[in-house]
Amino acid sequence: MIEAIGLTKRYGKTVAVDDLSFSVAPGKVTGFLGPNGAGKSTTMRMILGLDRPTSGKVLIDGKPYAGLHRPLRTVGALLDAKWVHPNRSARAHLRWLAKSNGLPARRVDEVLETVGLTAVAGKRAGGYSLGMSQRLGIAAALLGDPQVLLFDEPVNGLDPEGILWIRNFMQGLAAEGRTVLVSSHLLSEMALTASDLVVIGKGKLISQSTTQEFVERSSEASVKVRSPQLGALGPLLVDKGFTVRDNGDTSLSVSGATSDQIGDIVAANGFVLHELSPQRGSLEEAFMQLTGDAVEYHAEIGK
Amino acid sequence: MTLLAVERIKLFSTRSPWWCAALALVITVGITALIAANTSTEFPLTVGVTQAFYTFGMYVVLVMAALAITTEYRFSTIRATFLAVPNRISALLAKTVVVSLLAGVIGELVAFGSWGISKLIKPDVNIAINTAQEWRNVAGVGAVFFVGAIFAIAIGTLLRHTAGAVALLLVWALVVESLVGIIPKIGDDIQRWMPFVNGNRFLTAGTEPFPGEPVINYPFGAWGSLGYFAAISVGLLIVAFVVAKRRDA
Repeated sequence: MIEAIGLTKRYGKTVAVDDLSFSVAPGKVTGFLGPNGAGKSTTMRMILGLDRPTSGKVLIDGKPYAGLHRPLRTVGALLDAKWVHPNRSARAHLRWLAKSNGLPARRVDEVLETVGLTAVAGKRAGGYSLGMSQRLGIAAALLGDPQVLLFDEPVNGLDPEGILWIRNFMQGLAAEGRTVLVSSHLLSEMALTASDLVVIGKGKLISQSTTQEFVERSSEASVKVRSPQLGALGPLLVDKGFTVRDNGDTSLSVSGATSDQIGDIVAANGFVLHELSPQRGSLEEAFMQLTGDAVEYHAEIGK
Repeated sequence: MTLLAVERIKLFSTRSPWWCAALALVITVGITALIAANTSTEFPLTVGVTQAFYTFGMYVVLVMAALAITTEYRFSTIRATFLAVPNRISALLAKTVVVSLLAGVIGELVAFGSWGISKLIKPDVNIAINTAQEWRNVAGVGAVFFVGAIFAIAIGTLLRHTAGAVALLLVWALVVESLVGIIPKIGDDIQRWMPFVNGNRFLTAGTEPFPGEPVINYPFGAWGSLGYFAAISVGLLIVAFVVAKRRDA
């Protein structure tokens, strides 16, 4: 159980995280979603006591991170797979971590086995591929067999096989009753992995709900209408109370109506139709719509 | 104790401490060998001469100690450390103890290695270590390395960047402390309060100054100078720890 209460982080005049409150429940994967620069990593660093909140607090099982005794036994985190000395072997890296939290040396071999790095455990970590580094990071997170796990963008840069492995792995951890918080800027990825979503933009909470609710609420359905008589048909549909948008390619997007309703109206008024097709907004579009105002750095296209 | 074991694993699972220890030994013992071989009746070999080049090894050890902390920042393993041990002061203190002890051991090896090679090269010259002053001059090198490492770790923790910390340490110990004396009027007064100058004073108090060596009117006796050097280093370390505790990792 992770609980953030009014969490705020300011760097000079920039507000990275703004009065953020949310909670992460055990037994499921919770996605922590937001565009790049939304404050996801900063929030995770505050959860782990690495960064000091300007105000507010965040508790893990009711305690601040610094108040945990042998914290690796309660919380495992993978914030950046590159937090390893490149000339130290994977085994040595895990060995000092285990030692620091009073974990037996055999745990090192167990977690190496779990993530499939046993064969290369003696090699220097600097020579690892991204996928191997990621696995080492996960091994470090699992070392203390913690009930709470945090992963920051764990699938970034991984190949499809690695992505699938991590996805199944996180769901397996949640199924064992653990609290799993995974950040990502990709809604499509989170839709496959997480059952709950905490969505933030520009450091502010946009929504906390189940993934399904979020997707249904945000991906509004529309109907594409193509006809040679759009000039007359458009105003008619507006009169009926639907929201009509001209796509500019002799077609209209009508939202708030089903294709049945539109077909009936067209027939009753004797118009010609060339196309009538229901459209489902993509998850990415929905996400862009919700967080569009909350993107920190806008790219200017076509100027 | 656990944290000391953790820092020991960390220190010895990379290669840089081994290289630094070897380099400190080879440079110091090598130069001492050259000098010992070229001593004569006009410039006789003494216990003091065998220890005159300890600073070469010390600079290498200062770099090693600074690296022990700046590489943690460079590779963000300091964050992994603070995740495992949220009490940052204990984690950093354990590192300081382990690295400084290693520095002290290297210092003793450098000192007795330099003395031993001189003895081998000039077996007929009597450089037996007899007096308390001579013991301080040789065995004291380890203590100076130990305190110097604390100083270097404090600087490394404050600056966090290898290049900055190493440059500052070397410029300070090599240039600033020796050149500050040439400032007219106040130079001498400043120089006698310099930390590494006082560390050197601890080793050399009571020996004949080498030709051309400036004569400084020190504020303390031999052990007082070491205490002063230690106080400055520990003070700096406390400042560094307070800063590290407050700032975002």
